[in-house]
Amino acid sequence: MSVAPPVRTSWTTRIREAAVGALPPEKLLPDSQPTYVASWIYVFGVASLASLVVIVGSGVILSLKGPAWWHYTSVGHFFNSIHLWAVLLFFFLMVVHLWGKYWMAAWRGGRTRVWITGAVTFLVAIPTALTGYVSQQNFDGQWIATQAKDGFNSVGVGAFFNVTNFGQMYGYHVLLLPAAVIALVIAHVLLVRRHGVVPPFRLTSERASSPAPRSENGPALSGGDGPSSGNEGART
Amino acid sequence: MLGAVFNLNRPAHVVHWHFFQMTVSNIVVIVVMLVVFALAVLLPFPGAARRRGEAS
Repeated sequence: MSVAPPVRTSWTTRIREAAVGALPPEKLLPDSQPTYVASWIYVFGVASLASLVVIVGSGVILSLKGPAWWHYTSVGHFFNSIHLWAVLLFFFLMVVHLWGKYWMAAWRGGRTRVWITGAVTFLVAIPTALTGYVSQQNFDGQWIATQAKDGFNSVGVGAFFNVTNFGQMYGYHVLLLPAAVIALVIAHVLLVRRHGVVPPFRLTSERASSPAPRSENGPALSGGDGPSSGNEGART
Repeated sequence: MLGAVFNLNRPAHVVHWHFFQMTVSNIVVIVVMLVVFALAVLLPFPGAARRRGEAS
């Protein structure tokens, strides 16, 4: 009995080949990183991921127990506090990482999508947090909701995004917006793996004294202005 | 614990100067973020010099 040859038109084959071609295993899980990745700025990126894991974990517990649980039990109050402080930490760490990447011009070398996914993650995280604040089921939540209601009404979207509607805000907060944030973060990390971390700017004196170094299998590097191969620079 | 140190059961202190209005707590957080960012840029990463030496 002979084995049938693989069907080239199969959608699973096409997806697999496209995925492995775009992000081969040695790029997805590399053995080493360039020396310039040894920077505190990337620690803040990774710490942002860690805080997001805590946010999602505590959020799952809170959603499993249902609204109001965090008010009348001490354990619920504890997880509510974990959720809140992890969110504050997430924004703190993400903004420091964002500032660092902005001043490094992290979109150089064909890394536009890496930068865009990171920046959009920050923007989408804002309504994710807002819908959480208005879902608190207390006077603080009511105050924030009425203030935000005026803001949304003033730009004409208050009827579609009604911050005083607890059910709508809770749905946004526990499903739609977190799914968007998580999808963006996954895309961001995969794009970082694909394109590699942006190399630092070359000093003017270095540019004048030596030609641009060549990456292992990519074009000459001019401070990362050219297309990325994900393999730039010395590695450790 | 911090609630015993800082009385949180009261209206927040607000800095109001012309169009600018922000609570002191928010200003403190922003200043701390700027300080942490400066430290993240300026402080050497542990082992970074050794790695550069090995790679060159």
